[in-house]
Amino acid sequence: MGMTVSEKILAAHAGLERVEPGEIINARLDLVLANDVTGPVAIEEFAKLGRASVFDRDKVVLVPDHFTPNKDIPSAELNKQLREFARAQQITHYWESGRVGIEHCLLPEQGVVLPGDLMIGADSHTCTYGALGAFATGVGSTDMAAGMATGEAWFRVPESLRFVFHGAERQPWTGGKDFILYLIGLIGVDGARYRVMEFTGAGIGALSMDGRLTMCNMAVEAGAKAGVIEPDDVTLDYVRARARREFRVYRSDADARYLETYEIKTGDIPPLVACPNSPANVKPVTEAAGIKLDQVVIGSCTNGRLEDMAIAAALLRGRKIHPFVRCIVLPGTQEIYLESLRRGWIEDMVLAGAVVSTPTCGPCLGGHMGILAKGERALSTTNRNFVGRMGHPESEVYLSNPAVAAASAVKGEITHPEEVAGNG
Amino acid sequence: MGKVWKFGDNIDTDAIIPARYLNETGAAHLAAHCMEDADPDFARRVQPGDIIVGGRNFGCGSSREHAPAAIKAAGLTAVIAESYARIFFRNALNIGLPIYECAEAARDVAAGDEVEVDPVSGLIRDKTKGTEYQARPLPPFMRELIAAGGLIAHIHARGGKENADA
Repeated sequence: MGMTVSEKILAAHAGLERVEPGEIINARLDLVLANDVTGPVAIEEFAKLGRASVFDRDKVVLVPDHFTPNKDIPSAELNKQLREFARAQQITHYWESGRVGIEHCLLPEQGVVLPGDLMIGADSHTCTYGALGAFATGVGSTDMAAGMATGEAWFRVPESLRFVFHGAERQPWTGGKDFILYLIGLIGVDGARYRVMEFTGAGIGALSMDGRLTMCNMAVEAGAKAGVIEPDDVTLDYVRARARREFRVYRSDADARYLETYEIKTGDIPPLVACPNSPANVKPVTEAAGIKLDQVVIGSCTNGRLEDMAIAAALLRGRKIHPFVRCIVLPGTQEIYLESLRRGWIEDMVLAGAVVSTPTCGPCLGGHMGILAKGERALSTTNRNFVGRMGHPESEVYLSNPAVAAASAVKGEITHPEEVAGNG
Repeated sequence: MGKVWKFGDNIDTDAIIPARYLNETGAAHLAAHCMEDADPDFARRVQPGDIIVGGRNFGCGSSREHAPAAIKAAGLTAVIAESYARIFFRNALNIGLPIYECAEAARDVAAGDEVEVDPVSGLIRDKTKGTEYQARPLPPFMRELIAAGGLIAHIHARGGKENADA
């Protein structure tokens, strides 16, 4: 019996020949991540352990991205705590405002996470890194503290679900976001609870690295422990340009065991939206067309990458955002921001009437930079549309890809991108 | 024994403790806003010893440990649900909040019922209805961990004892 890519990574880090789903293992960690919300809690727990230093200052990653630049005095205090710890421990991977980006955009871009890595992160979207062929899963602050102290964590080896995307050709105006929304709609918000979602097939092979990161990012919205895609040439081209250390590529065996295999026709998936208040409440954009919007958000760890900026800019170029809509664009990192600037996309967006913000998680979790009032409605390229996610409990969030978001910002209502691009 | 607060399926961590309150980590602050977006009156009315009963996938969403911490800080002594999201499950036990999986109890027990849970046997008694339900008991090491106040306190306590023995 063969092993999946996830089982191979877990076995290698536990010093075992092979592992079986259900088995509890103790494994060595390549990276331990936290942000400005979860990090301070982890630092307090770490202090209680009485260890003088973290297990490896190169392998602890601290990213102040949620409430930065500091949104208020309490969050300034949290960030101060994170900064002082990073300095005292001489943490290699810590970035200040002006250099920091949204963690799950920043780490792949900077080559911090690589194929074959095993990592935990005190952020649920840590599963993003499966797109690089790593095994990465979200934990809480206490597990983060223990990982920071010991460089190890225990895992229950998860069963894997396989999603095969048949056909390289996808519908116009679709991408990784529509693929993952489609799957969450299919299996539900707990359909992959405790499992790995492994994405494969020609449809995945044809996706860019940015699209793959978007897919794995939202695996947790189906309850998954991790999302994963076997590295191919697209992955290797991406990581070779960034890696500053050795890495190892693992691939699933042909006879690996899957709890279930889902066969998907890539070409069947249209642009989608997830309606309030669940990422599984998915409809084709045409069925939600005409719903009036107050705000559009383009960015986040889900869709704040260069390809997302390109798509949004192309639709906003030479057009005007609807007079009643606030369109907030958040490039995921400073590098993405700068490249968007060089290519003229930021100018396109500003001329269209968009707010372009420094990288921050900000409005995605109702932190800052675009909070919704009672009764307001947003369309967002982010990952969650729970009650009160972006502000007042009686506000609403719809989720979509960046093309649908940009087109809808122009029309002031949920719109199929074709409608805007077609009459441009 | 405590009074039951009943919630539905897929109660997410934004409902348990909205992100707008994550700029502070203190127990009193978290307790004051516990379950606010699911029930705005909850924090004001909950009594020490009360119990939360949820449905499927309780605690889905973000990894914020502030969620089980808020429940514990608000004085709740247990959560019973049909199932839990995996990060919440791990976080709850790590901070010493007892949680039990029991589909029957999650379905039958009503808001306001007086309920008692025996951590050793995993027996859930609904005193109001006169019914009993069996959840899987917490293993002994987990009960020790909860009694110590969580994983870190448990490691510390154990470490201290080992040192004393040595």
